[in-house]
Amino acid sequence: MTESPLLRARGLTRHYGARVGCRDVSFDLYPGEVLGVVGESGSGKTTLLECLSGRLEPSAGTVEYQTRDGEMVDVFALSESRRRMLARTDWGAVRQNPRDGLRMDVSAGANVGEPLMAVGARHYGAIRREAEAWLGRVEIEGDRIDDLPRSFSGGMLQRLQIARNLVSKPRLVFMDEPTGGLDVSVQAKLLDLLHRLVADLGLSAIIVTHDLAVVRLLAHRIMVMRQGAVVEEGLADQVLDDAHHPYTQLLVSSVPMP
Amino acid sequence: MNPVIAASGLAKTYVLHVQGGVAIPVLAEASLSAEPGDCVVLHGPSGAGKSTLLRCLYGNCKPDQGAILVWHAGAEIDIVAAEPRTIIDIRRRTIGYVSQFLRVIPRVPALDVVAEPLRAQGRPIEAARARAADLLARLHIPERLWSVAPATFSGGEQQRVNIARGFAGGHPILLLDEPTASLDADNRRVVISLIAEALERKVAVIGVFHDDEVRAAVATHTVTMRAEGTA
Repeated sequence: MTESPLLRARGLTRHYGARVGCRDVSFDLYPGEVLGVVGESGSGKTTLLECLSGRLEPSAGTVEYQTRDGEMVDVFALSESRRRMLARTDWGAVRQNPRDGLRMDVSAGANVGEPLMAVGARHYGAIRREAEAWLGRVEIEGDRIDDLPRSFSGGMLQRLQIARNLVSKPRLVFMDEPTGGLDVSVQAKLLDLLHRLVADLGLSAIIVTHDLAVVRLLAHRIMVMRQGAVVEEGLADQVLDDAHHPYTQLLVSSVPMP
Repeated sequence: MNPVIAASGLAKTYVLHVQGGVAIPVLAEASLSAEPGDCVVLHGPSGAGKSTLLRCLYGNCKPDQGAILVWHAGAEIDIVAAEPRTIIDIRRRTIGYVSQFLRVIPRVPALDVVAEPLRAQGRPIEAARARAADLLARLHIPERLWSVAPATFSGGEQQRVNIARGFAGGHPILLLDEPTASLDADNRRVVISLIAEALERKVAVIGVFHDDEVRAAVATHTVTMRAEGTA
């Protein structure tokens, strides 16, 4: 186990004026690892995710990413265009509200095919076949391929967003409350799907959520955030079953059976 | 032979911050070790820390003091100090665990729940499912239930799925936390023979068993834990 990290954050801090978004966050994420970031709303989880994924410049600290050539690059030292290219070829971002991550005015098939074209695919037939295959993997009937997403249920929209994000074979996926806002039964189905996809594709992922059941099932590792800082971290089931920090204990004891 | 797992000087106190900072000492100076083919049975009154000790060995509970050395992938690793990804690799290849309760992804069929540890080791799906089917059949889970998610099963059925899953991976170290608690006599005997076969394959087993019949049938060593958590 001497491989090097895929993502390395050091001293990551983001202020909003006098207010702290996240403060002095450091960790390494290794290939194939799923990291869950938990905490109540306002704990800085989403700010951290935005910084890690290159969408929000930190006030201090660095994010380094290992490219496919094995080179460690400083994400915020890259040119804007290089960073955007990295986001297209290497990263996925699943938003809580699928409407933010999808194009609602083009068909389901186009939503899945577009990222392939963005990384250079040109053959229409091949793109459509790939889109069809991905709709199948996320359990959307093939005959919905030409429908607009607005006719889809919340759960279907979220699955479509996942297909749009994974079709271009990213190495790292950032997810912000991926099961938030869905019915419990729909959540279970989505969790099962995400669990399988992450394992089958060997993806690395960072999942921000306030739902401890989601991190128990999906994450290998957990970071607990409070007021912008990481207060506890470790193996997912160990942190949940043997929480040490008062805030983690409070979170765990506030739900029936996380 | 050398131990494949050895815990020494484990101490653990739960501090409940949400309940006024109450401190509950569970383990003090707990030590044990197991060689291949050993079945070490933890014995002692309820509250003596038997389950906590097993959970420490699995990395699910972090001791305040002590070391847990495990022979994994040709090296000795201290679970207490290991990184999460190392512990995950140890669980994949070296240590299997049957907990008191089954806890899995809601929608996955029983057959795949049991096959999962083998899939995680890279075994092809057909071979993994064949081994899972064999274990479910031995534990008398009717075939019509194999394609159903275990959430709707009875307590005893869930526990048998859990046992099948624990044995499926063929790990060289196996931790069993009261695996027979909710089983009838027939199924208890199946578990006894599964343990016996594992010991013959030189698996090191460490377990807690509430009933004397199972304990007498499988134990090669007994570690007595006192109420203050020493072993």
